[in-house]
Amino acid sequence: MFTVGMYVFTLILLLLSFLKSRSKTKEALKKAWRSFENILPLFLAILLIVGIILSILSPEVISKILGSQSGVLGIILAGIIGSCTVIPGFVTFPLAAALLKNGAGLIPIIVLVSTSAMVGILTIPIELQYFCKKSTYVRNFLAIIFSFIIAFIMGVILG
Amino acid sequence: MKKIIKRYKFVFIIIIFNLIMLLLKPDIGMNSIETTAVNLKEMLCIMPPVFLLIGILDVWVERETMIKIMGNNSGIVGIVIAFLLGSIAAGPVYVAFPFAGVLLKKGTKFSNVIIFLGAWSATKIPISLFEASVLGWKFMLIRYALDIPVLLLIAFITDKVVSKKEKDMIYEKAKNLD
Repeated sequence: MFTVGMYVFTLILLLLSFLKSRSKTKEALKKAWRSFENILPLFLAILLIVGIILSILSPEVISKILGSQSGVLGIILAGIIGSCTVIPGFVTFPLAAALLKNGAGLIPIIVLVSTSAMVGILTIPIELQYFCKKSTYVRNFLAIIFSFIIAFIMGVILG
Repeated sequence: MKKIIKRYKFVFIIIIFNLIMLLLKPDIGMNSIETTAVNLKEMLCIMPPVFLLIGILDVWVERETMIKIMGNNSGIVGIVIAFLLGSIAAGPVYVAFPFAGVLLKKGTKFSNVIIFLGAWSATKIPISLFEASVLGWKFMLIRYALDIPVLLLIAFITDKVVSKKEKDMIYEKAKNLD
């Protein structure tokens, strides 16, 4: 639904742009295409790698790992899986709900949800195209650390 | 043609790897292709508006305007706009990076760009509505209450750790984006 909203919003802007200046609109379209084409090889490569990783680490495998491992090891594994995968929220949240229902620990599940959203190890090559090494590594490292902290606090509040 | 092959060589290598997987482990190989197809569809669906917005922003928004609303002296307004921009957008996080690129190009403050990336990844309203329906409102609201200060803190620390020289390099890179 938000995607539709974004299309409508973009098309309205594009129309306004066209009414105001044809040449500038043409330039905007060219720029849009060029910035897309520039990053496309990297996008495709990462998409394929994500496909391979998710086919090995399927939701079933993740639930098996997190369901059977408790304690510190489970939390660390959740952090590793979450950091190294690019799973969209509409997959992680139902997965988290199902795992919780089956008795998985709250903290590892929140670590998984949090790291899979905030940490992007696989997307580092894309981030490096626009940022520097230090900012990329520091940002992702901090996201991992804070994911654990958030999980512990949420575990205390909700547990 | 040679240029295309060179640019896409990693893509070809991974496709070949995937095909080998398909031969050796048909179920995992097939699963991988299916997952990639779903993700590719999602990516192609969200890309047109995102990149069109990047183009429109690049052409129409003056650097001065952007500096005023999200630049070095934009204060809390800049922070709020960075949060909102990231939170209302749809699409996976890797699409956020080219968008961040154009924000940098237009002179957005470094920490605000980091906030934007954080918001895009963690406090996305479109996905959170779904999150609340699956895990409950309490879960979602507590997560937000914790994530928002944490994202600010991550931006603050990253901003402090990255030197002026490195930031200049990042802005220089953004300027050359086309």
